[in-house]
Amino acid sequence: MNRLMADCNDTLRELEAILDRAVDDELTAGIHEHLEGCTDCMQALDFHAELRAVVRTKCLNDEIPADLVARLEQCFQEDFDGDGQIG
Amino acid sequence: MADRATFTQEAMQHAGQLYSAALRMTRNKSDAEDLVQETYLRAYRGFHGYEDGTNLRAWLFRILTNTYINTYRSKQRRVQETNLNDVEDLYLYRRLPDIAQASRSAEDTLFDLFTDDEVKAALEDLPETFRMPVLLADVEEFSYKEIAEMLDIPIGTVMSRLHRGRKAMQKALADFALERGLLTRTPTSDMDEPTDG
Repeated sequence: MNRLMADCNDTLRELEAILDRAVDDELTAGIHEHLEGCTDCMQALDFHAELRAVVRTKCLNDEIPADLVARLEQCFQEDFDGDGQIG
Repeated sequence: MADRATFTQEAMQHAGQLYSAALRMTRNKSDAEDLVQETYLRAYRGFHGYEDGTNLRAWLFRILTNTYINTYRSKQRRVQETNLNDVEDLYLYRRLPDIAQASRSAEDTLFDLFTDDEVKAALEDLPETFRMPVLLADVEEFSYKEIAEMLDIPIGTVMSRLHRGRKAMQKALADFALERGLLTRTPTSDMDEPTDG
């Protein structure tokens, strides 16, 4: 099998890279194999995946002010800086 | 190449996300609004530099990031780099054993544990060298390579800043939880630290 063995150390060390989808295929396969049998590592991975989802959701929920949207649309329609061109 | 009308219409679909990112960067509404407006002006003027069919969102974020770095960064107070030497990996996880154990419902629990303002503050209070990579990776989901290009730093630097920034953010979140008595002061995990080499 063209697959790297992975243990808890490998898995925890690569935790961020796994969540960043930045681990090469061979190591990913090895880590997935390890995760199937290791509830501790699976729990750690789940926790960090959920944490990231929470951060993402809560940092993207700002409502853009309506007057800013209007200003943006306006700048596509008029000569904003007086250089003779739109924008 | 798309016509200008199509381009502006598509670009406007990203306005909300750009505004959120601008808020995390500038940390105030007035600067965030100016930053987004400047970004759209530059995008409109640089429209010919956009290759149709490529990632418009990444292109807009590149302009946003450049504009912020060149225009607003000098206005920001310099923040001392947090001392992270005593912050170990898995910092928050090791201090939230009850939540970690309920891993199947961890999202709901974590979601309710921290307020929106706490999570935003944890990110916005990071020193800028960490804040930008964490924002671009964890909120905006850009790849290491895209972030390296936007910030004009090597990929290895992106990775190390992400690692340190995420630790600092976990420390900040842990401090919020500690203030509310939701946290054990010392790690209770039986998992060993990953060892190097």
